[in-house]
Amino acid sequence: MTGPISSDKTAAQLHRLAQDDGRAEAAPLLGGRHGKHDALALMTGAAGYTDDLALPRMLHCKLVRSPHAHARIAAIDTSRAEALQGVHAVLVGSELPTPYGVIPWTPDEHALALHKVRYVGDPVAAVAAESEDVANEACRRIDVQYEVLPALVDPEEALRRGDVKIHDDNKHGNVTKRVQLAFGDVDAALAEAPLVIEGHYRFHGSAHAPIEPHCAVAVVDGKGLLTVWSATQVPHYLQRELSKVLCLPMRQIRVIQPAVGGAFGGKSEPFALEFCVARLAQKTGRPVKCLYTREEVFLAHRGRHPFDMRYRTAFSADGRILAVDSRALLDGGAYSSFGLVTTYYSGQLLAAPYAFGSYRFDSTRVYTNKPACGPKRGHGSVQPRFALEVQLDKASRALGLDPFELRRRNFMGEHATTVNGFHVGSNGFLLCLDAVERASGWRDKWGRLPAGRGIGVAGSCYISGTNYCIYPTELPQSAVQMALDRSGRVRVFAGTSDIGQGSTTMIATIAAHELGVELDDVRVVAADSDLCPVDLGAYSSRITLMAGNACAQAAKTLGMRVREVVGEAWGVPAERIVLAHRRATDPEDPNRWMPIQEAFILAEGKYGLLGATGSYNTPKTGVHGDYRGGTIGASPAYSFTAHVTEVEVDQETGEVRVVQIWCAHDCGKAISPVLVEGQIEGSVYMGAAEAVMELHEVMPSGLRDPRQRRDSGPGRDGLLAASSLLDYRIPTSLDVPQLSAIIVEAPDPHGPYGAKEAGEGPLHSAIPAIANAVFDAVGVRIDHLPISPAKVLRALRERSGTC
Amino acid sequence: MPIAEPLDPAQARRIAVVRLHVNGQAHAVAAPTHWTLLELLRYQLGLVGSKQGCDKGDCGACTVLVDGLPTLACLTLAVAAEGRHVETVEGLGVGGEPHPLQRLFAERGAAQCGFCTPGMLMSSAHYLDELGRADAPVIRRADIAAALGGNLCRCTGYTKILEAVEAAAQETCSRAQAIGDGPGGAA
Repeated sequence: MTGPISSDKTAAQLHRLAQDDGRAEAAPLLGGRHGKHDALALMTGAAGYTDDLALPRMLHCKLVRSPHAHARIAAIDTSRAEALQGVHAVLVGSELPTPYGVIPWTPDEHALALHKVRYVGDPVAAVAAESEDVANEACRRIDVQYEVLPALVDPEEALRRGDVKIHDDNKHGNVTKRVQLAFGDVDAALAEAPLVIEGHYRFHGSAHAPIEPHCAVAVVDGKGLLTVWSATQVPHYLQRELSKVLCLPMRQIRVIQPAVGGAFGGKSEPFALEFCVARLAQKTGRPVKCLYTREEVFLAHRGRHPFDMRYRTAFSADGRILAVDSRALLDGGAYSSFGLVTTYYSGQLLAAPYAFGSYRFDSTRVYTNKPACGPKRGHGSVQPRFALEVQLDKASRALGLDPFELRRRNFMGEHATTVNGFHVGSNGFLLCLDAVERASGWRDKWGRLPAGRGIGVAGSCYISGTNYCIYPTELPQSAVQMALDRSGRVRVFAGTSDIGQGSTTMIATIAAHELGVELDDVRVVAADSDLCPVDLGAYSSRITLMAGNACAQAAKTLGMRVREVVGEAWGVPAERIVLAHRRATDPEDPNRWMPIQEAFILAEGKYGLLGATGSYNTPKTGVHGDYRGGTIGASPAYSFTAHVTEVEVDQETGEVRVVQIWCAHDCGKAISPVLVEGQIEGSVYMGAAEAVMELHEVMPSGLRDPRQRRDSGPGRDGLLAASSLLDYRIPTSLDVPQLSAIIVEAPDPHGPYGAKEAGEGPLHSAIPAIANAVFDAVGVRIDHLPISPAKVLRALRERSGTC
Repeated sequence: MPIAEPLDPAQARRIAVVRLHVNGQAHAVAAPTHWTLLELLRYQLGLVGSKQGCDKGDCGACTVLVDGLPTLACLTLAVAAEGRHVETVEGLGVGGEPHPLQRLFAERGAAQCGFCTPGMLMSSAHYLDELGRADAPVIRRADIAAALGGNLCRCTGYTKILEAVEAAAQETCSRAQAIGDGPGGAA
């Protein structure tokens, strides 16, 4: 083996190094079974989460929260708190009067409540003190006088009682958003169809419950630059809202997102703590930290919206979907959050992978006096997916068709347009169905399992990011800056938010793949608004497709420069040069190669410092309908999923045990298969838990006039039923079913290397697949989630007439 | 919202000196008497690997070994650790080399966000210790799942964690017999 002709000793050493490391037949990086790029930091306690930051002279912030679900703030007296030794500043709502909201059209929140509180736990005041103990004591000494108002806890009641307005200036009573859209003649199809299935479904609330609570730290430097570290999934939106509320230009604000300990949508908008630490840091001139307690995480919420849904689905005699007609009432909680989008998503994301003959939905989101709901993994589309997939199961029974066959007959195809105008490119749904049918042994099991044991199937579709940003802009949705240096290292500066899903690994894998280095040779600097270009954040499963494309673009530009100089040195065309595993090689002359570091040095010698940028913006034409709302839910590429679940139902206790779940997910191309499997397993686990275990709810109330109460103190209205990880039960290692993740790859032309999303899609159909399996096991339908032992038992007794 | 009696400032200032061993090193640490072991580790010793996820013993992210037994540092008063030997995730590797559990967790994608990982690793380390001490060690998924039953993970669905611990058990306890009884021993 001969290297480049050189007497340079360093080059010879480099050569040997590369010889050791450069495995001629090494496994490919892209699509290889590597772990996370940052894995060892996570293993040793070195990762550095927001709460791990401790700055000199740092103060601790605590919040005073409302004990009432609905009340006017008559007066706040902070004097006793301010007098306490060790208290440096107290903050109330009037000091930050600008409303904010992650959706620019619905700013209805304040850093701290102004005039009114709207749920038990609404923040009213904040304190910065020497220690957490002093801050807590100061909170106790803040006297807030409330005039208690009737609390609306039930969404139906909130809809009816327009006279009790949760937001005084809201246009239509307590309705935050209503979306009515129709495509085709639904009424005619319903009137003429040989089979119409009608169903009433309820989907309950659930929480994200990341193990890391929300946390933020802020500091102001001598020039007035505000730096905020936060456990957020959307540093860019946080920077924008901080700018608005603090009346500070964005260039004066630096937002850094350290390692985040899970989010799942629960950290995808600004929260009270970020505004409070920022303002308190400005007031005191000292660093300020706020760490939410676990109870506060449940109060901050933004979890899955409870939905009440009525579906009518018309079928032809051979099982084709002629019409889908839905009405949904969304329980929004006290604030808008992402609710405008949620209301659209509740209908817009349902029209694939099946071809609907016609479609109509009417969704209404109302305010209630409860913690605000928002986006949880599978934002707005998990609930309607449950309803539709159970409807399909009911139809397959009515028509005597295998539920797989019914789904295959309705497959919309690839490179096709949905009834509501979304262009769907690649579509691996049939491959997903085949995979779970085979892996689960469906044909041997369906209808053949012993009583009490059942099997069910469901399918779904999700977006890989959205075509439009939350605020109107023509600017790129994602961008990276990339630099190569003479040490043979690649540095990538990306705005991407790694919240555990592995976006840093994705960036490193693409850079290493294009530039011929190993994963460890790539340094990714991410989610720091001073150092990195804008990325919109980790939501709607957008990062792999968007930041992946941006990263590939920059890396290909730099890779081409490196290949050009190597080609020139060897007198061969640049296109022939291959960069892989720390080497530049010429495949047509296997004896010729040079260490990648030497290639970088050659290229820097010719071009100067090697830097490039990449940016990605979404396609805007021909991908969605041109009606009002037709852009919401449109994505560059769609993922597809199929689930089969096997359950065991104890007919004495009504308990459902999920035995095994097979999930096949079409992610286009698995850039890091181990991580994709992890996303599938985590999604399926979370969905299964929602189906049978988890319940985020507040105490039932009913509208009561507080003046008629005997006591004047806070009642139980709007109190969280489960505000700890003991009461809000998430599965332990002893509860989790056997999970079988199957990766399906239908590459999409819009995805980097064909890649689509994997983080949210695999949750959806787990839930209806479990409901359908319960029916297969015991012959009763539980259409109101969660599928609790009490509901199963009641249904079994009703069926046998023993109740 | 008066929910408790005001804190007595004098009581808040009561300080104790706790003598303990952490990761093999002797320390004498001054800490308020109402502090937990987790606060002592994180605030006084800078050992921030042990995490605060709930501060009430529900999540297990703060799990450390006290005299070899998995212990919730957030429910243990710092003064109760007097004279004890505490092991945290920072002490798990030897001589800069990762512990087999750390390596296998990393390779197999057993951590996503990583927040539960330190506690998960300490419970796993205890499981391996017990396995190594058994007369006739047998590796069962159900035993691993039970050993990790107090550590909540919200990212992984536990699948890759159970696989990694099982692989570590096979690697570190070569005389153990493996029984494939399915993930979580549920099947």
